[in-house]
Amino acid sequence: MSKLDSKIPPGPIDKKWTDHKGHIRIVAPANKRRIDIIVVGTGLAGGAAAASLAEMGYNVKAFCFQDSARRAHSIAAQGGINAAKNYQNDGDSTYRLFYDTVKGGDYRAREANVYRLAEVSANIIDQCVAQGVPFARDYGGLLDNRSFGGVQVSRTFYARGQTGQQLLLGAYSALMRQVGKGAVQMFDRHEMLDVVIVDGKARGIIARNLITGEIERHGAHAVLLCTGGYGNVFFLSTNAMGSNVTAAWKAHKRGAYFGNPCYTQIHPTCIPVSGTHQSKLTLMSESLRNDGRIWVPKKLEDAQAIREGKKKGRDIPEADRDYYLERRYPAFGNLVPRDVASRAAKERCDAGFGVNKTGEAVYLDFSAAFERYGKQQANIQKLENPSKEKIIELGKAIVSEKYGNLFDMYENIVGENPYDHAMKIYPAVHYTMGGLWVDYNLQTTVPGLFALGEANFSDHGANRLGASALMQGLADGYFVIPYTVGDYLADDIRTGPIKTDTPEFDAAEKEVTDRINHFLNNKGTKPVDDFHRRLGKVMWDKCGMARNAQGLQEAIQEIRQIREEFYRDVRVPGKATEFNQELEKAGRVADFLELGELMCIDALNRNESCGGHFREEYQEMEGPQQGEAKRDDANYAYVAAWEWTGDAGKANLHKEPLTFEEVKLTQRSYK
Amino acid sequence: MGNMKLTLKVWRQNGPNDKGKIVDYPVNDVSEDMSFLEMLDVLNDELVRKGEEPIAFDHDCREGICGMCSLFINGEAHGPGRGITTCQLHMRKFKDGDTIHVEPWRSAAFPVIKDLATNRGAFDRIQAAGGFVSVNTSGNLVDGNALPIPKPDADKAFDAATCIGCGACVATCPNGSAMLFTAAKVSQLSLLPQGQVERKQRALAMVEQMDKEGFGNCSNTGACEIECPKGISLEHIARLNREYLAATVTKE
Repeated sequence: MSKLDSKIPPGPIDKKWTDHKGHIRIVAPANKRRIDIIVVGTGLAGGAAAASLAEMGYNVKAFCFQDSARRAHSIAAQGGINAAKNYQNDGDSTYRLFYDTVKGGDYRAREANVYRLAEVSANIIDQCVAQGVPFARDYGGLLDNRSFGGVQVSRTFYARGQTGQQLLLGAYSALMRQVGKGAVQMFDRHEMLDVVIVDGKARGIIARNLITGEIERHGAHAVLLCTGGYGNVFFLSTNAMGSNVTAAWKAHKRGAYFGNPCYTQIHPTCIPVSGTHQSKLTLMSESLRNDGRIWVPKKLEDAQAIREGKKKGRDIPEADRDYYLERRYPAFGNLVPRDVASRAAKERCDAGFGVNKTGEAVYLDFSAAFERYGKQQANIQKLENPSKEKIIELGKAIVSEKYGNLFDMYENIVGENPYDHAMKIYPAVHYTMGGLWVDYNLQTTVPGLFALGEANFSDHGANRLGASALMQGLADGYFVIPYTVGDYLADDIRTGPIKTDTPEFDAAEKEVTDRINHFLNNKGTKPVDDFHRRLGKVMWDKCGMARNAQGLQEAIQEIRQIREEFYRDVRVPGKATEFNQELEKAGRVADFLELGELMCIDALNRNESCGGHFREEYQEMEGPQQGEAKRDDANYAYVAAWEWTGDAGKANLHKEPLTFEEVKLTQRSYK
Repeated sequence: MGNMKLTLKVWRQNGPNDKGKIVDYPVNDVSEDMSFLEMLDVLNDELVRKGEEPIAFDHDCREGICGMCSLFINGEAHGPGRGITTCQLHMRKFKDGDTIHVEPWRSAAFPVIKDLATNRGAFDRIQAAGGFVSVNTSGNLVDGNALPIPKPDADKAFDAATCIGCGACVATCPNGSAMLFTAAKVSQLSLLPQGQVERKQRALAMVEQMDKEGFGNCSNTGACEIECPKGISLEHIARLNREYLAATVTKE
């Protein structure tokens, strides 16, 4: 039996969501009081969902592993949030946002979901403005927009370089309002360690109180996983240190299929790795590509001189610079999508043109922007014959107003002033398009278990466009789940509270406790991070920006080896009944060690290149598209949904065919 | 690895009810490119290998925005350097041979959980008391551009809204006051048209909760503004005082 029913409603694409909302079952206000919902994770998706469901009258229990709901990693999103408002009168529309997103995802997303996302995008902006989110405004007091990669309109709303923070604090304030009312019970510093299935339905979770170590049982009629992505499987990524796959992975092991695990987004503009002590990588927002130009030297000898410290970037004359994105992709230039920009950087560095000690960096240069903005300012201030220095000074002030916090962040980390020297950047793992497989209602293959935001696989296909993650998180949380969860819960109005003193809860709790005890009694010799670092290196080298069959096969063997050693030789100090950060890490890395293998298996299975998944064997070998990704729509236009069968290496593949009725499949070209 | 040698004097405390103490740790091979927290990672790695308990400290995003990291370093919240959090502090601010004191946030309202990690739940409760606009999720709100907001107001509201809730203001205040934190939220919403309806009630409720949590009173020393990693200005405390006064005087 195939459980993969995507439940896409019938009808024309622009009517599907409205018709669906009008026809699905809902729960009457008096009955909502009898229903409990668990929301795990309090980022944009979880915070928005928990607040909205509580406002509607459901009893909500919200969980996060951080010390406050406000710290979920959505907070670190910098650039912005897309919405099809067409405030800039540049021809934007719901359809265009939908089209851009499907194309940007390299035709590997479900059309109906993406259309709905584009449809509700405008509501998100209105909702956030009403909450008091201080979006950037122009001098007329109206909302300002900027451009992001892969599109030719300005539809990105932003709050300086801290858009994620402001949106999350908006959702958090809505959530805290419900906490204050008692409609949401907040469990911070709690980590979900298993989902409990009763009669085939998700009926609760097992969570560990991270302060006391106590293992707790929580029952509910539905469980929503809003637990983010799994980029930390690479050890080094732009994710927060605590970001992990544990909740999603435990759900997977309890029957939820995992969709497209190999689709990873490598973000082109991050601060390069500086040494072996590195614990994470820092993103420099994509918005910088609005004004920064990316280049490497044209001559190998210049690149070498720079690497040896004999020359600086600014010593290279204009004629000897290779603005390779502008050269290769004249139509989109520096604003090509992330996967394309990342691969182009890797291509130049692999060819020997990298500009830092490790050879893995390219320049992101603002000198042209300083001059352009400076001249504009000189005109506004009516300066006659301003000197070049004056123009640059004026230009720097404007750039500082736009991106000041990012420039400061860069200087803190690198120790070099980016106003005087071009930034050095390199791609890094940033986001995972893959995640738990969900149907149109955001329900996983386990009834009653839903996945929202980055934790699900649904809207971005094989590559996410910039400023679309915030959009999806909030769309799922504010405007999709409040409707679709009702359809499922309509059967539960007479169920009564879910009891937790049952054999199913006993068994799940015992598994959790046994796992914890194994780690603490292991008496190994190496800290958790040792294994995590090794796993990360294998993943980055062999399942990163470029993959090939041989490398992936090797990676699978190496990961198994690391996993075996991990269980044998990991050392976790301390006790189960206390605040124990090494124990927390051990549980998370154990899950990454299984997920990593599945990612490689998925990447090996997909014999094509699409979006963030680039298989070296499948690229255009000649013609104007040489070196670009080569999709295989005849054989791979499907979602790969993997079923756990008891062993990380033996997952079962289920396919959800993707049918495109609105968008014509073509080779994605940004030339 | 680098070549700096340091001595750390770190506050170790097993739990909220234990008496803590300062313990000395030598750390070698510190590189100036490391962040302060990466330096602690190196030390913890060593401790685990030796079979000792690593030092507990809070951290998450490591890029200065989540507000989770919280160390009092050489007597300063988030250490030397202005406008940064501990995770953004890099070892190039120190020199070979330095002795560095590392303590948790010091405030009765932020009890220690373990070592350097503290409980800042009081901030959530202040927020829950009134730090919001009472608007439910709705697909039918007025258009975001229906109500223009003068840019200076929007910018000022944004400056207040950048608060990351880390608690440096409280930790650094000689009175342990949470005025800057509370003021940032009250100020943000009082500057925006959306915040007007509940303006008075918000100021009263948030201040009441703040007092209940056991934070000290504000005596305008200004230390909070200096240590705030987001540079939130005392101007917002002045605005909170005005808001509170107006709300008290006109209370029904």
